[in-house]
Amino acid sequence: MIHTTASADAMAGMEELEGRSLWQDARIRLFRNKAAVVSMVVLGIIAVMAVLAPYLSPHPYDEVYWERIQMGPDFENAHWFGTDGNGRDLFVRTLYGARVSLMVGILATTVSLIIGVTYGAVAGYVGGRVDNLMMRFVDVMYSLPFMFFVILLMVIFGRNIFLIFIALGAVEWLTMARIVRGQTLSVKRKEFIEAAHAGGVSSVKIIFRHIIPNVLGPVIVYMTLTIPQVILTESFISFLGLGVQEPLTSWGVLISEGARVMEQSPWMLMFPALFLAVTLFAFNFIGDGLRDALDPKDR
Amino acid sequence: MTGPILSVHGLKVHFDIRVGGILAGRYQPLKAVDGVSFELQPGETLGIVGESGCGKSTLGRAVLQLIPPTDGKVVWLGEDLAHLNAEALRAKRQEMQIIFQDPLASLNPRMTIGEIISEPLRTFEPGIGKAAMKARVKDMMAKVGLLPQMINRYPHEFSGGQCQRIGIARAMVLGPKLIICDEPVSALDVSIQAQIINLLMRLQQEFGLSLLFISHDLSVVRHISHRIMVLYLGKIMEIADRASIYAAPRHPYTRALISAVPIPDPDKERNKRRVVLQGDLPSPMAPPSGCVFRTRCPKASELCAKETPPLEEDGSGDSHLIACHHWRE
Repeated sequence: MIHTTASADAMAGMEELEGRSLWQDARIRLFRNKAAVVSMVVLGIIAVMAVLAPYLSPHPYDEVYWERIQMGPDFENAHWFGTDGNGRDLFVRTLYGARVSLMVGILATTVSLIIGVTYGAVAGYVGGRVDNLMMRFVDVMYSLPFMFFVILLMVIFGRNIFLIFIALGAVEWLTMARIVRGQTLSVKRKEFIEAAHAGGVSSVKIIFRHIIPNVLGPVIVYMTLTIPQVILTESFISFLGLGVQEPLTSWGVLISEGARVMEQSPWMLMFPALFLAVTLFAFNFIGDGLRDALDPKDR
Repeated sequence: MTGPILSVHGLKVHFDIRVGGILAGRYQPLKAVDGVSFELQPGETLGIVGESGCGKSTLGRAVLQLIPPTDGKVVWLGEDLAHLNAEALRAKRQEMQIIFQDPLASLNPRMTIGEIISEPLRTFEPGIGKAAMKARVKDMMAKVGLLPQMINRYPHEFSGGQCQRIGIARAMVLGPKLIICDEPVSALDVSIQAQIINLLMRLQQEFGLSLLFISHDLSVVRHISHRIMVLYLGKIMEIADRASIYAAPRHPYTRALISAVPIPDPDKERNKRRVVLQGDLPSPMAPPSGCVFRTRCPKASELCAKETPPLEEDGSGDSHLIACHHWRE
């Protein structure tokens, strides 16, 4: 009797683990990571607030209140974050700024991710002359001054917010391509690549099934560094008058305005900076969580 | 079928290595495999032995066309592989597979065991369906001594011996006719080595496989091989049946190798005569003239420096081939 239960227990312990793909596994592990989950919730709240901005405040983002210029937080008139130098409500402007900044951050990073990873993996995997040619092209792109590139785009296509995405994406993928190429070079000599080759797997499938999943770690870390970089670059472009135009705004623009008057009215710097900082923190934690979640060795 | 499953004629693999400075640099060939010919019968195991850097692994990969051969022919069931286009060669890959030295490195760390073993199936039989594929994979896992329940685990959860079994299952899943074993047991414990070797021999019996067994461990090669080929600097020194080569090694290099195998008996081990070779393996970039082994050979004469010894029969009639001017002495 004891024997049978023991062997039954053994059998139960031997049950087949539920079949899961790398992505399902990664999702489960990501949701087990508390910092990442909290960060996702915070980001989600900021994103929802950005979308619902017109309904969260009684003030439009471009309305000038002449009698309430550069005023601290005022709950009587529903200026929760105060007003800016032109008497516009800072709360609603911060949320409108979130729209632009988040969009730029996420879209430009995604563009750079897709182009950079594919380009780098192909260059590294194919190697030889193709690799040389592809990477020299990257070098040429690197040496082009970024501002020159942006101004060129503006001249050709006119002023448009989507040009910022293109310009940023077109510049940010260069570093990504280099990182991925380096990682690919170290992965492609491993025996499992040779095994796949011997197993008749095509080169395209080897790149997407074997190489890219194995270079994801550094890619995700770099991605979390790219998002803040892109958000800050956007504010720089806007500062030069080439990006977002008044009365529309972004966090970068709000922060640079606030920094100029931080001694008289610190709230103008504090609130947009707080939102930016929280967002960047959240992206970093999510990146960390993603990197760990995508590594099956880390349970 | 009585013909050989694989015949290799004068196979050469030369790598161009850049030597010299940035400006005065030029390319010089490194002869990793230099004119190797042999035949492999169905169900036969050919052991390939030699020192590190003698071209064993390169030979194995060149047979599979994983490294393009510089010259020579690899004839697989009557077809020359070098002249096939990429698509036809890909189709041939299901008939010949390879297992590697480092069991863990040969498995993608981000794939489950099931995905790894089923990858050849997905490639060659795309319409097979999930359930059938899983059944085939589980069946194969059982055949190589893995618990089929482990199908959804990752490679790092397994020991070296188990990983090697996974590698064997991946190689076997399409029912190949030839498996190239590139030092499959060198990275394993001795007790595990025996298990893997016996598994390979059992699979060979069951499926009529031919094996090309690359190793530097002569005891292992002796256990598994029907015939043995001794390589030195990319050239065949001696090739013969197992019994013949161990009982009567003709080539001075083979003698030195065999005398270096430890005997598991302390008294015999202490009293046995060792042939100790002098010096190191010469650089394959600048191999010695004539017989490549002459710089370390106890019997070397002037003739050896002038003429490359041909691979010739020893006259016993059992296709024992030796490349040495002085093997009769």
